[in-house]
Amino acid sequence: MAEGLHLEGIRIARGDVTLLRVDAHIAPGEVLTLMGPSGSGKSTLLSYVMGDLPRAFRGTGRVTLDGRDLAGLPPEARRIGLLHQDPLLFPHLSVAANLAFGLPRGGTRAERRATVDTALSQIGLDGYGHRDPATLSGGQGARVALMRVLLSRPRALLLDEPFSKLDAARRGQTRDLVFTRAREAGVPILLVTHDAADAQAAAGPVIELS
Amino acid sequence: MRFIPTLAALLVATNLANAQSGAAAIDPADWEAVTEAAEGQTVYWHAWGGSTATNDFIAWIGDQAAEQGVTLEHVKLADTADAVGAVLTEKQAGRDADGSVDLIWINGANFAAMKEADLLFGPFAEQLPNWQYVDVEGKTVRTDFTVPTEGYESPWAMAQLVMVHDSARVEEPPRTAEALLDWAQANPGRFTYPQPPDFLGTTFLKQMLIELAEDPAVLQEPAGDNYEAVTEPLWAWLDTLTPLLWREGRAYPETGPRMLHLINDGETDLSFSFSPGEASTAIANFELPESVRTYVLDGGTIGNASFVAIPYNSSAKAGAMVVADIILSPEAQLRAQMPDVLGYGTVLDMEKLPRADRAAFDALELGIATLSPAELGQALPEPHPTWATRIAADWVDRYGVAP
Amino acid sequence: MLRPLPLLTTLVLAGPVLFGLAGTILPAFGYLVPGADRPFAHVLEWPGLPRALAVSVISGVLATLGALAGAALILAGWYGTRAFGWLERVLSPVLAVPHAAAALGFAFLIAPSGWVARIPAVALGWERAPDLLILGDRWGLSLAAGLIAKELPFLLLMMLAALPQVDAPARLRVARSLGQGRVAAWAKAIFPGLYAQVRLPVLVVLVFGMTNVDVAVILGPSTPPPLAVQVTRWMTDPDLAMRAVAAAGGLALLTATLGILLLWLLAERLAGRIGRAWIWSGHGAPEGALRGAGLVLGGGSAVMVLVGLAALALWSVAARWSYPDLAPEVLTWRSWSRFGPDMAEVALLTLVIAAAATLVSLFLVIGCLEAEHRFGLTLSQRALWLLYLPLLVPQVAFLPGLQLLPLKLGLGPSVWLVLAGHVVFVLPYVFLSLAGPFRAWDGRLAAVAAGLGTSPNRVLWHIRLPMLTGALLVAAAIGVAVSVGQYLPTLLLGGGRVTTLVTEAVALSSGGDRRAIGVWGLGQAGAALLPFALALVVPAIVFRNRRGMRHG
Repeated sequence: MAEGLHLEGIRIARGDVTLLRVDAHIAPGEVLTLMGPSGSGKSTLLSYVMGDLPRAFRGTGRVTLDGRDLAGLPPEARRIGLLHQDPLLFPHLSVAANLAFGLPRGGTRAERRATVDTALSQIGLDGYGHRDPATLSGGQGARVALMRVLLSRPRALLLDEPFSKLDAARRGQTRDLVFTRAREAGVPILLVTHDAADAQAAAGPVIELS
Repeated sequence: MRFIPTLAALLVATNLANAQSGAAAIDPADWEAVTEAAEGQTVYWHAWGGSTATNDFIAWIGDQAAEQGVTLEHVKLADTADAVGAVLTEKQAGRDADGSVDLIWINGANFAAMKEADLLFGPFAEQLPNWQYVDVEGKTVRTDFTVPTEGYESPWAMAQLVMVHDSARVEEPPRTAEALLDWAQANPGRFTYPQPPDFLGTTFLKQMLIELAEDPAVLQEPAGDNYEAVTEPLWAWLDTLTPLLWREGRAYPETGPRMLHLINDGETDLSFSFSPGEASTAIANFELPESVRTYVLDGGTIGNASFVAIPYNSSAKAGAMVVADIILSPEAQLRAQMPDVLGYGTVLDMEKLPRADRAAFDALELGIATLSPAELGQALPEPHPTWATRIAADWVDRYGVAP
Repeated sequence: MLRPLPLLTTLVLAGPVLFGLAGTILPAFGYLVPGADRPFAHVLEWPGLPRALAVSVISGVLATLGALAGAALILAGWYGTRAFGWLERVLSPVLAVPHAAAALGFAFLIAPSGWVARIPAVALGWERAPDLLILGDRWGLSLAAGLIAKELPFLLLMMLAALPQVDAPARLRVARSLGQGRVAAWAKAIFPGLYAQVRLPVLVVLVFGMTNVDVAVILGPSTPPPLAVQVTRWMTDPDLAMRAVAAAGGLALLTATLGILLLWLLAERLAGRIGRAWIWSGHGAPEGALRGAGLVLGGGSAVMVLVGLAALALWSVAARWSYPDLAPEVLTWRSWSRFGPDMAEVALLTLVIAAAATLVSLFLVIGCLEAEHRFGLTLSQRALWLLYLPLLVPQVAFLPGLQLLPLKLGLGPSVWLVLAGHVVFVLPYVFLSLAGPFRAWDGRLAAVAAGLGTSPNRVLWHIRLPMLTGALLVAAAIGVAVSVGQYLPTLLLGGGRVTTLVTEAVALSSGGDRRAIGVWGLGQAGAALLPFALALVVPAIVFRNRRGMRHG
């Protein structure tokens, strides 16, 4: 079972205090939900998987993605996409340039533009390419952020409380879109949340942290 | 907010104090009145500050002045012209009393310019008590670059150009302009001179002009239509020399003292100084290797006197005269001639001095690299200042601005 | 009491600049200075003009590009790493070292007979130094290098201060998760926003690089010198009519500076276009090479300035020290006993002027910030430009006029004029360093205090300012360091009568007596560094029993 994301004997500590221990396997297309209150070390675990654990923390254990050991690899070489509660669109770039940001190298300029335009229409934002990200609504921003991650063709996705800042009406809609798109991409997904509704919608295994 | 009224009050107070002290007319002949007026005054002496040895000497003069109740402040200039400019600015602004400059170390073109523009106080020099000892017969203390001083400046040191070489590196140094060129051809990059209009650099050009001109006597008259013809050999000589200079003439040291440091840094082997004792002083101060010696050119070298002058709008004329008199005292002149102090030549006449003072001068060890008066020989007279001014300006146009 | 302070501050900043510019423009067109004959023609006919202008432009632009690239690469390549912590620690003191002192040390390092070149000389037994035009080269490259070493820490610290406003860690995380390497991620996702925050300081560096006098005199060429140095020479020419030429030269330099600023703004747009094309292309950056370049530039700057200071220190205790020896034959305290007492006396005056200028600035700045807090009298965004005005207008373009006008009013050069001049340059830096912490102060504390019946004045004096002790001390230290470094204002407004450590050090540089330069240069560096040391130590002692006041 080399496919998917393996977390083997992971332990995150701050000083001598162990924050959490995790052992898990996430198959491609599967969503694993980590539930827990704030301060339980969920986001720190994501940092460890990303490869940018802050220096105050210490992590041990093996992370493999599709059979590849990630130890020592810099974040950009891990091919793990990340989605936050804030869309974190780059404010100095247009919506289209934000989407182009993670597009792997290759293809002509025209081809790349076409890819971005297609992606925009897939999330219902036709003609929004030249817009300033600051003018987008919360839901629109979340969709652009999702599409930006997917266009970078990640081999795993980490979702860090991705829906917590959206209002109730948008939340369900965006949640569905994210899970559908992510499953379509066929990559393992690790969701971190404190909202039971998120875990339910993810419809996968759940690990509760204390 | 209370600070601002305080500041204003202080400003007014200082101005008033200055105005009172500078207002009374001073008669240099009434020396008692001069010393009385001088007491409590602060004299700002604007003097070139590029030589630490000179700065130390001026500080010592300050100690002597303090004994007579005069506070001496050395305003260290990069160039004497700065002080001349300051006085000019004040005159232009209508500040005819209470000026900021009280005493200037000056000679040559700067003196000529100030005297012509009526920017000087005087005559005062020949009324100073210590004037009685000055060697008016044997030394050029009543003319400055051929311009009569007429008592508007008081002499304080005799200077004569001497060549400086490191005997460990150059055994037989060149003694004529022609020989210097030959030497430079054999040793490219090992000689340079301060960048004109620096006064020492300009002096070097004048020295070479005297060496190379067909009839050096014309240099005693103001430069006129003959300028081109007379200076032609100098420019031809410089055109050949320049690529052979340190840094191929693309950069020059700023000042004379900087030239000595170049020898110490192993960058050049040959230099010159306008003070016969400077090399010995520098050896004593660790600034030159002990193997450095001085010599004069076969045809003799230029000499002149350094003076001090008092601007017309000085706020402390009496104090400035007291300082000028202290500088002329046998004690100060003796100190200036000590090789570990300045090594400057005195302006006094040994015959006129009291016996004890004369004995002190006779007992003076001149220093390892200093020539005796006999070796120095008779100094050549300075050309008229118009020559220096025009040569310096021409030099800048020819070599001082790369295209 | 408080309401007029913003207006007063505006006058303090803009008044002297506008006044001084007027005092420069009028003589340049033949007014005010009698005997002036077509000053502009004189400047234009000066054969050195093309080269002098070129040197000014080259050294200014290269210094800015180098310092900006260096600071950006250090952040991009090393932020958050151990190496960055080390760099930050060695670069911070460099910031406080005055320009002149740093340049003097740098000059001894890079000269063909300098410390670096003596290593092969000793190894190979050279007796004579190689005849190479390194120091004072005709295109001003060593001048640019010296300026980079000094300005890189300045821009780095300005960037660090602006970093919280661009949400750097989160943006960096996203950009790297999208497959961008560390340096590429910084350049694409963070730098554009960061640059917008530090743009004015960058322009200050550009203007300073093009128009400074003290560093240019020490490291710049002399045949001809950069235009700013030449203007200073014209200004001090004994021929009065040359004042008008100096004014015209100052205006020419001002025009050139404005032209280069305009080009710089155009280049910003061009760089933005290129950057966007790069982002669209998906290409990365040569990570290793750029990280290496950042480390070399940053480490090199620190080493050059700090080792230069060490060289000055060694010279100050050197007995005979001839080429090619790496160290003096014998050490002696003679130079210190010879120059030390004078230096200490001048250091005292320097620090008194610096302290006074800093206090006046602090008073005005706190007044402005408190007025903003109480009455909403905000100095608008345009006011930020006003704050930078004295730093963006070349000093040689307005100080000559500023020197002439008080004279016309019957005020001679004096220590008071120097003090006023220092305030103009100290105030902006004090404002910039204090505004952030002052505005960030938790306003709810004021509300709590007011609820307890405390007057706004008591809140300011007994709560807000004591809580801001650390920030106030840092602002004061910056103010003192800026004042200690002011060369041209002291020289021109003091008429040479007011001697401070910097005027003395620059005057000595022409004579080249490294022992004296060592004593004075170290004195100057010490005078600038001392307040920073105090700013670090004092809060630690005063608040040793207050945990909530640490790291503030």
